[in-house]
Amino acid sequence: MIQIHYLASIREQLETAQEQINLPDGVSNVGELISHLQAINPKFDAAITANNKILVAVNQTIVDTRHKLSEKDEVAFFPPMTGG
Amino acid sequence: MISVQVEDFNIADEHQQLRERAGGAGAIVTFTGLVREIYDHGDADLEKIQTLTLEHYPGMTEKALKSIIDAANEKWTLLSTRVIHRVGVLRPSDQIVFVGAASAHRQNAFDAARFIMDYLKTEAPFWKKQTTENSEQWIESRQSDTDALEVWQAS
Repeated sequence: MIQIHYLASIREQLETAQEQINLPDGVSNVGELISHLQAINPKFDAAITANNKILVAVNQTIVDTRHKLSEKDEVAFFPPMTGG
Repeated sequence: MISVQVEDFNIADEHQQLRERAGGAGAIVTFTGLVREIYDHGDADLEKIQTLTLEHYPGMTEKALKSIIDAANEKWTLLSTRVIHRVGVLRPSDQIVFVGAASAHRQNAFDAARFIMDYLKTEAPFWKKQTTENSEQWIESRQSDTDALEVWQAS
């Protein structure tokens, strides 16, 4: 089971703030998780396509698509930050 | 010290607390960021901002701010630092963010305050959404904010 958070404009595009999913067979890293979510969720696919940059954090640290996933990971998708 | 909060803050109080925490300081530099009054699209239309809503990623925000402050402490000798970032619904001229740095001499305090602010803008998970009379939109990240980091990466 992993916990997924969607934040800011990504949350609005998906109309979902968070969900829990079982890591499917064949999904071992962030890139594979993105492909999996694109395949099962048209809104996620549309968000990925519409945004030229989406950041991914695993356990609250920004990672790249090769980052390996483990059970109980907290994954978050969000646009570039605009604080300050 | 780091706070992510809905409440406003008082600069005089924060300055005083920096003075008290940073015994022996010769310099305190503080920065306050405010909500702008005007939304500039880049074209001719200027719109008055009605609200600015700040969202963040609880947990990661505090972690990211701490690592920015740790990096500043490695780079300069600082006696105390303070970061406050507000979240929730804000209005024009409201205070958004406070950064304070205290050190023995002014140069470290100036540099550290700017460094913390520059990194905060692109590495701490905050997002802004603004409303004007006619529109509502998420603020997009600016290339100038990313460029600001190159100054530090080069130094």
